[in-house]
Amino acid sequence: MNDVALALRQIRYENRAFWRNPPAAFFTFAFPLIFMVIFNVLFGEGASRFFTPAIIVFSVITATYTNLAIAVTIARDDGILKRVRGTPLPTWAYLAGRIGHAIIIGFLLVAIVAAFGALAFDVEVPWEAMPSVLLVLVVGAATFSALGLAIAGFIPNAEAAPAVVNAVILPALFISNVFIPIENAPDWVDTVSKLLPVRHFADAMLTLYTGGSAADFPWTDLGILAAWGLAGVVLAVRTFSWEPRR
Amino acid sequence: MATEPAIDIRGLRKSYGSLEAVRGIDLRVERGEVFSLLGPNGAGKTTTVEILEGHRSRSAGEVSVLGHDPGRNDPALKRQVGIVLQQTGVDLYLTVREVVEMIAGYYPAPRDVDEVIGLAGLTEQRDQRVKKLSGGQRRRVDLAVALAGDPELLFLDEPTTGFDPSARRQAWETVRGLTALGKTIFLTTHFMDEAQALADRLAIIADGVIVAAGTASELIGASSTTSRIRFRLPDGSRPPDDSGARADGAWWEIETDAPTRAVHDLTGWALESGTTLIDLEITRRSLEDVYLQLTADAEATE
Repeated sequence: MNDVALALRQIRYENRAFWRNPPAAFFTFAFPLIFMVIFNVLFGEGASRFFTPAIIVFSVITATYTNLAIAVTIARDDGILKRVRGTPLPTWAYLAGRIGHAIIIGFLLVAIVAAFGALAFDVEVPWEAMPSVLLVLVVGAATFSALGLAIAGFIPNAEAAPAVVNAVILPALFISNVFIPIENAPDWVDTVSKLLPVRHFADAMLTLYTGGSAADFPWTDLGILAAWGLAGVVLAVRTFSWEPRR
Repeated sequence: MATEPAIDIRGLRKSYGSLEAVRGIDLRVERGEVFSLLGPNGAGKTTTVEILEGHRSRSAGEVSVLGHDPGRNDPALKRQVGIVLQQTGVDLYLTVREVVEMIAGYYPAPRDVDEVIGLAGLTEQRDQRVKKLSGGQRRRVDLAVALAGDPELLFLDEPTTGFDPSARRQAWETVRGLTALGKTIFLTTHFMDEAQALADRLAIIADGVIVAAGTASELIGASSTTSRIRFRLPDGSRPPDDSGARADGAWWEIETDAPTRAVHDLTGWALESGTTLIDLEITRRSLEDVYLQLTADAEATE
């Protein structure tokens, strides 16, 4: 079997294990929809045009960054990573399996949220801008996968993983035009959030989702997002650990 | 090269900061041999094994495993090596068969999956998820996974911890079956009977150095006293002073390297004086006695 086949096979095993834990799988999918309903109720009519793309961004970040960082830390503490390291499976093929599975779940979530937005809140899916939407999704998923692996290197143990991961991402989600529209925020919050990848992912998705084919392609947002992804890769390579931290 | 050893270690050292865990060891393990490394926790045993497995870097020295440097993370080496780690680490939501199948797929010429599961004694649990298995059964999954790639060299790090006695015997049979196929096995264990039952040669590590190496008989024979005579006496009786007997609770004990003469003298005295030697037993010093003595010596000289 060549390395690519091994990576694809690894995705299949990850996927199979994922669906065998139904409560975990159910809430992975229910979580963004719950948020979507709450925000629409709280912010009233017209909010769904903002919140559908925002929750799409949130879904991708949860499936890649959050879930990947926590899953990898647990696998590290359980000795799964160390075992893999002792086999001839190439490192990248193993990680590709993890990332590939996370991205599949993320994209499934995107489809569900988009469908939910269209059916429940009448928010049109921007079919005519679909190539651009997909490009932003792919870059966003790759970036937040890299950042998930990078942060895993800073998490001391599996018990600490949810706390660390959420303490980093939740404030970013609040100030980055995802949970709350940024327009009424003080200038300095706007400035700070423009340094972060979440903001650019959210802005790019919002531009394409609301503007459709009329929207200019958000090159700047995509560029900054991709730069964060590269930084994540560099950091992950430096900090990744195959053995439990003691 | 048929004469090339499976493992060749020269002057191996490993420091963690200012602590030197391994302080210059030399070991050679021949192909087809079961070699056992024994030592107390913290003696440098796990560090040594993990350097051989490629999990840890070394500070100094030469190490060759099947002709490769394990520090290089070389897939060509990993294809020929199986590892049973101390801690289990497999996906809990996959079945035994799926786990073994997944890992077998990493190797160019794996063993038959069902055969491997049978060797590890898991045929009945084959379609159960790992999550549902007992601790001892999960340990057997470790063994199955290590065998999946049909390795030339197998590292077994305390492989039978948590096994019940019959599962241990079964695991020993599996190991013997592997040696019959010419595989090399590097075993670390806390059970002296296990080392004695399986190992062709052993080495005892204490405080980062090898304090003894050889066959079990050589190690036992090399210590100054090789046999122990134990007995009890009726109340009020004492053995003669020149017998060298020491009291050990209700028992008397003579340690000697000339057991024939000592038994002759003792039974002669008993017949002459009309004393009964109750529960008389003569045992060879065990590997455990030698181990305890050597590791205690190493601690005392520290």
